Amino acid sequence: MDPFGSPERIALADTVRGFTQDHIAPHMDTWEQAGEIPLALQRAAAATGILGVGFPEDVGGSGGDTVDMTVIIEQILAGGGTGGVVAAMLTHGIATPHIVDEARRRRAAGDRVGADRLLDRFVRPVLAGTAVASLAVTEPDGGSDVANLRTRAVRDGDEVVITGAKTYITSATRADHVVLAARTGEAGAAGVSLIVVPTDTPGFTVARRLDKMGWRCSDTAELSLTDVRVPADNVLGFEQGFASLARHFVTERLTLAVTGYATGQRCLDLTTEWTRDRTTFGKPLASRQVVRHTLAEMHRQVDVARVYARDVAARHAAGEEVTLRALLAKQTGVAAGEFAADRAVQLFGGAGYMTGTEVERHYRDVRILGIGGGATEVMTDLATRLMGL
Amino acid sequence: MKIAVCVKQVPDTWAEKKLTDADRTLDRESADGVMNELDEYAVEEALLLTEASGGEVVAVSMGPDKAEETVRKALQMGADSGIHIVDDSLHGSDAIATSLVLSKVLADKGFDLIIFGSESTDARMSVVPAMVAERLGVPQMTFANKVEVAGETLKIQRQTEYGYDEVESSTPAVVSVVEKINEPRYPSFKGIMAAKKKPIETVTVADAGVDAGQVGLAAAWSQVDQFSERPPKAAGVKIEDDGSGGVKIAEYLSEQKFI
Repeated sequence: MDPFGSPERIALADTVRGFTQDHIAPHMDTWEQAGEIPLALQRAAAATGILGVGFPEDVGGSGGDTVDMTVIIEQILAGGGTGGVVAAMLTHGIATPHIVDEARRRRAAGDRVGADRLLDRFVRPVLAGTAVASLAVTEPDGGSDVANLRTRAVRDGDEVVITGAKTYITSATRADHVVLAARTGEAGAAGVSLIVVPTDTPGFTVARRLDKMGWRCSDTAELSLTDVRVPADNVLGFEQGFASLARHFVTERLTLAVTGYATGQRCLDLTTEWTRDRTTFGKPLASRQVVRHTLAEMHRQVDVARVYARDVAARHAAGEEVTLRALLAKQTGVAAGEFAADRAVQLFGGAGYMTGTEVERHYRDVRILGIGGGATEVMTDLATRLMGL
Repeated sequence: MKIAVCVKQVPDTWAEKKLTDADRTLDRESADGVMNELDEYAVEEALLLTEASGGEVVAVSMGPDKAEETVRKALQMGADSGIHIVDDSLHGSDAIATSLVLSKVLADKGFDLIIFGSESTDARMSVVPAMVAERLGVPQMTFANKVEVAGETLKIQRQTEYGYDEVESSTPAVVSVVEKINEPRYPSFKGIMAAKKKPIETVTVADAGVDAGQVGLAAAWSQVDQFSERPPKAAGVKIEDDGSGGVKIAEYLSEQKFI
């Protein structure tokens, strides 16, 4: 049976689409101008359980798996939301799993108190929509090269002292805490740890709020850390950082794959409606063969990307190893989204080039998908290695 | 407090509704079925009342097999259990038959409060709540935009054209709500998963103690003899403004008896 066709998934889709139509779409212009989404949105999303999906109930989540996450992202786009909203509202999806993993390790090791300390302070408030989490990995001269990051954390008694800089950090101007990658050990991937840094810690500053081509409702920060002292208890396993990041790359890539084709689907829907309503030279645009062929090609790319990515999501939820397929899904989903957004702007004509037209926003928003979460070039290179070439 | 919420599955509000050629009843296959929008407000109000002062909410629906989806939706929103009245003999029932069956089932189960949406988007008659109240011999507290229950006293604000009336009654009673009363919740992810395990009892016309001859199309008090499609929209009237545009618009509106 199609896991996306169960009555529960259909109900979830209805909830998320309705939520988006009521609580997100009417505010998009305001948030794009403000450069961020309000905390009230996090709270409202938490009330529907959207923020907790993908996190087990014993850590404050709603349960659910990658398939449910896929449904949520598809419907945020279908309801008139954007990739920027997905990135901003669900930033914890890339930050919080690392904290949950460490809490599980502590529980398994008999340290219930240590586990609860992390969960109560950094996980439950985020899933309840009362706090914002962010993940800080990229550095000003590092890019996708996680193994060679330079931010250092030095142990000093019961504390670690962090010094360094981070950039392109999603949601970090709003964040209450940042899960930050820093070097605690030797050079290379094996010396990296993830550390939870509350953003009100002395020495932690948002150096700049970065302005962007797209994802404008999603705030992005450059961070500066100077002798930032946090308890060693906030380290999510010394020198476990790279492994932890790598473990969750798959879900991040799937998330971006879905954002890609779901953006493409929304662009196709908007363009289909537009070309039916818009009459030029006495006939609707949609009656012209060249236009109809373009719509068919948009549909082909989007649908192929969707069927593939959904299959990978279902396999991932079933526990299958899908590293190669997830990155292929990302490449395919992103390409479909880029193509559909580009053609949408083309068929909307002058209107598609105007600020505030929905397809214009998608055109700008979709551009980041092939850059963030593993650039297309890095993905392709990784694919060759996973293929054994 | 034990509250019944009566919910109806209707064709999607935005879909084109059709009648079947066979017996000129609503073609329920031609459009997706959804919970009647006003019934969502009824469910929400029942949930708010029980969340504030305890009790249970039972969602009740009469309709074909597919209507179970609408009972399930009420359970996803938070109702505790459901009753689905389903029977081939009910096909084509009018409001009189519907109120008969509902009142029998509701009387049998016993409720302190029975809440309806004030009308359905397909039939739009607004009479079933009043008929059920009459059949049960309990107060009909219809068109409420506010509901308060204190002990066995029920107070509502009844929406009127100019404002509202304050109306008080004893319980049990039948309430119908208007959309101003609240903002219905979306089923949460937890609610959706929890609803899988909530019980829905299936009730037939015989179970309800009603004679099948009293319900269905043959027993309906009115019959549809024929119907025709709504004519396509005619082209509008364009008035060029050469300085007399205002007068011409006024003339047009006057001709059409708008002013």
